[in-house]
Amino acid sequence: MIKSGKDFGRERGIQLILAVAASFSVLVTAFIIISLFEEMSGFFREVSLKEFFTETRWSPLFNPPHYGIAPLVAGTMLVTVVAMIVSVPLGLASAVYLSEYAPDKLRRLIKPVLEILAGIPTIVYGYFALTFVTPAIRAVIPGTNVFNALSAGIVMGIMLIPMISSLSEDAMMAVPMSLREAAYALGATKLEVAFRVVIPAAMSGIVASFILAFSRAVGETMIVALAAGSTPKLTLNPLESIQTMTGYIVQVMLGDTPFGSIEYKSVYAVAGVLFFITLSLNLVGNRIVRRYKEVY
Amino acid sequence: MSMESVITIRDLRVSYKDREVLKGINLDIYGNKITAIIGPSGCGKSTLLRCLNRMIDLADGARVSGRVLLQGEDIYSPKIDPVRVRFKVGMVFQKPNPFPKSIFENVAFGPRINGYKGDLSALVERSLRLAGLWDEVKDRLTANAYTLSGGQQQRLCIARALALEPEVLLLDEPCSALDPVSTMRVEETIAYLKERLTIVMVTHNIQQAARVADYTAFLLNGELVEFGETSRMFTVPKDKRTEDFITGRFG
Amino acid sequence: MSRREDSFFPNLEGRKRLDLIFKLVFFSANLVGLSVLLLLLGKIVRDSWGWLDMQFITSFPSRFPEKAGILPAIYGTVYLMIITALFAIPTGIAAAIFLEEYAKKSKFLSFIQVNVYNLAGIPSIVYGILGLTVFVRWLNLGRSLLAGGLTMGLLVLPVVIVTAQEAIRAVPESLRHAAYALGATKWQTVRYVVLPSALPGMLTGIILALSRAIGETAPLIPIGALTFIRTIPKSPFDSFTVLPIQIYNWTSRPQADFRAIAAAGIVVLLIVLILMNSIAIFLRNKYQGRIKEI
Ligand SMILES: Nc1ncnc2c1ncn2[C@@H]1O[C@H](COP(=O)(O)OP(=O)(O)OP(=O)(O)O)[C@@H](O)[C@H]1O
Ligand SMILES: [Mg+2]
Repeated sequence: MIKSGKDFGRERGIQLILAVAASFSVLVTAFIIISLFEEMSGFFREVSLKEFFTETRWSPLFNPPHYGIAPLVAGTMLVTVVAMIVSVPLGLASAVYLSEYAPDKLRRLIKPVLEILAGIPTIVYGYFALTFVTPAIRAVIPGTNVFNALSAGIVMGIMLIPMISSLSEDAMMAVPMSLREAAYALGATKLEVAFRVVIPAAMSGIVASFILAFSRAVGETMIVALAAGSTPKLTLNPLESIQTMTGYIVQVMLGDTPFGSIEYKSVYAVAGVLFFITLSLNLVGNRIVRRYKEVY
Repeated sequence: MSMESVITIRDLRVSYKDREVLKGINLDIYGNKITAIIGPSGCGKSTLLRCLNRMIDLADGARVSGRVLLQGEDIYSPKIDPVRVRFKVGMVFQKPNPFPKSIFENVAFGPRINGYKGDLSALVERSLRLAGLWDEVKDRLTANAYTLSGGQQQRLCIARALALEPEVLLLDEPCSALDPVSTMRVEETIAYLKERLTIVMVTHNIQQAARVADYTAFLLNGELVEFGETSRMFTVPKDKRTEDFITGRFG
Repeated sequence: MSRREDSFFPNLEGRKRLDLIFKLVFFSANLVGLSVLLLLLGKIVRDSWGWLDMQFITSFPSRFPEKAGILPAIYGTVYLMIITALFAIPTGIAAAIFLEEYAKKSKFLSFIQVNVYNLAGIPSIVYGILGLTVFVRWLNLGRSLLAGGLTMGLLVLPVVIVTAQEAIRAVPESLRHAAYALGATKWQTVRYVVLPSALPGMLTGIILALSRAIGETAPLIPIGALTFIRTIPKSPFDSFTVLPIQIYNWTSRPQADFRAIAAAGIVVLLIVLILMNSIAIFLRNKYQGRIKEI
């Protein structure tokens, strides 16, 4: 078949359109950075970097206002740590069961449940945190604030179980069968195979799943907006009302803050920090995941 | 030397799902001898070997019937735990499969999980010497096992199995992934080891069987066609099919 | 072998017991997920009991919970999904085709790829801020359906790209060679050979992406999706609300009755999600059958 010139031009045109579509994703990243940066630079003309990073109060509505990000970062970390305490052991245990113990039939039953859990909108988890977990905590520990980091963290942790479970399971499944056989042939039990062979060999992938889950927790919005409160506070007590970075953004965005005001710009500064933290975590996590996929 | 049977296999049948791949095997494995299992690809050699330390239990959908006696004890009796069988019967696989750990930790793995109370370093050294690897690795025991060559890795796997001081060592085509020089080293190691234990080796390589094995079993389509002393079998085979196979007319 | 008996203490009973205990522990970890799922669904059904009726489905929001309904949110969600799909599906599939079939292995390609993976992990609220800046303000689209739909489109774009890539990668190389051998051009090969066999996988990915979009609340908060809306949006430039925003608004009120209609809203949202996923499974099975016939 001899291709006519018209055919050739058509092929080139199509290739160009496809290339533009692929480059579009880079454009999105660029626009995120540009749009954050634009308002951020306005913010930092009025608030010094030093205040932003060293001040320990975040109180935009006071006179004079204080713009120290520390309480928001601390609030975010408090919720995130609670979430990790819940999700890491449960997610990992679930992954070990699925990859090393579960008979095929049971696996086919458990996986969809985890997928459903992963597919539930975060707003639903938020509702659950506020209307079920919080009252339960308050029944056990009277005096707990209606809004608290613990409830949000626990529910977020449950939300993250499927993510850690499935990413860790992928990493464990990638460990060659021959290594397990070697251990079994030396008289190892399943538990010893899992803990002494499979988990160490899959360690980088497992750690990557933790990193990606951590990043997800840092950026999670609706659960904390509903259940964690809106009190920026430097505290380690998960029973108190706090505010996360995402929670602050939602709070301002729901109000009637005029474009161009310092409060409006402060959202961009917070979002910038959020973006930077999650991007760094994702870069590291994704890189590890891709690396172990290449090894085996 | 005594001619007692260390492993006695009686009417052993194995099927995967509904397909029978071992069809009633009767075979005696003699102590302190090397027994080679030969046969064309897919005839059931690995399956037979895996029945001898109950690694077959790990295969999905495998059903085993018949008896395998290890020193008179039926390893398929419900009283017997497969983990204990594997502790007594060592195994080396076709492709070297060291753990992604140090050389030392590879050899120490079995003793550690099985509660070895003696001098671990001495045991590791003894095992590495037996496998003929000590001189090559004694200065880098903490190096990752993956830094070894393929042949060295395979001898490391032999040392790893020897560290449990097994009574029987099963080898599934231990040289098929190795170059001729490494193959020779492994064969030397195996020949040396039969002083201390009983060896069953699956091999694709008929010359190898002729070189190292005292006894040879020829398997075809899940049936044992012929078994006997290697020297006799390779000179005057009783079965026409054995003759065809060892002269390379099929398989 | 007496020395062996002296020096090894395998303690098989103890180890087997430990193995069994841990097996149960690992298994229970999976039960936690299942029980939370049941608890959550049970709680929502109970809270919404008696509130989910035709009146709720066909009414507008109201200050009085017993009169409030979710009609504009349903319309808003449907319209928003149409815009999101119209934007994200063609763009995402085109990008995936380029990355898998056209692009040479290069630094730039792996940069795009890394970029796509990382876009997928950016918090959704950040997408909301992007949408607010670019669509609402710079492009002057206002707090409209169009601005919301495009924002949501950007959010799910990486999901569409990655799943479409996986679907394309699963098409056997031999099929492509067969097409080339018949003298097909690259695009003809892609259009008539690769895309049809990758379609079921792509569909799954698309439904996955849209399910994600339907449930997302955070990116629409900066866009300014409203909660008190008295009309059904008539054009892409009208203001709008969606189910999750409406649910959020009701949940954040302290009165029990509003919580109840929030739960009713959640039931509607979950039903929509279940419907979508059933359609995905149905389509996938149907197309898979057809490809096997070819
Ligand atoms: N786990 C399994 N499930 C189902 N069938 C299996 C399994 N393992 C082996 N088989 C089948 O059983 C038969 C015997 O396999 P086996 O591995 O024992 O052969 P082999 O003689 O070792 O072959 P080779 O020389 O190629 O290693 C083969 O037909 C194989 O396809
Ligand atoms: Mg074999």
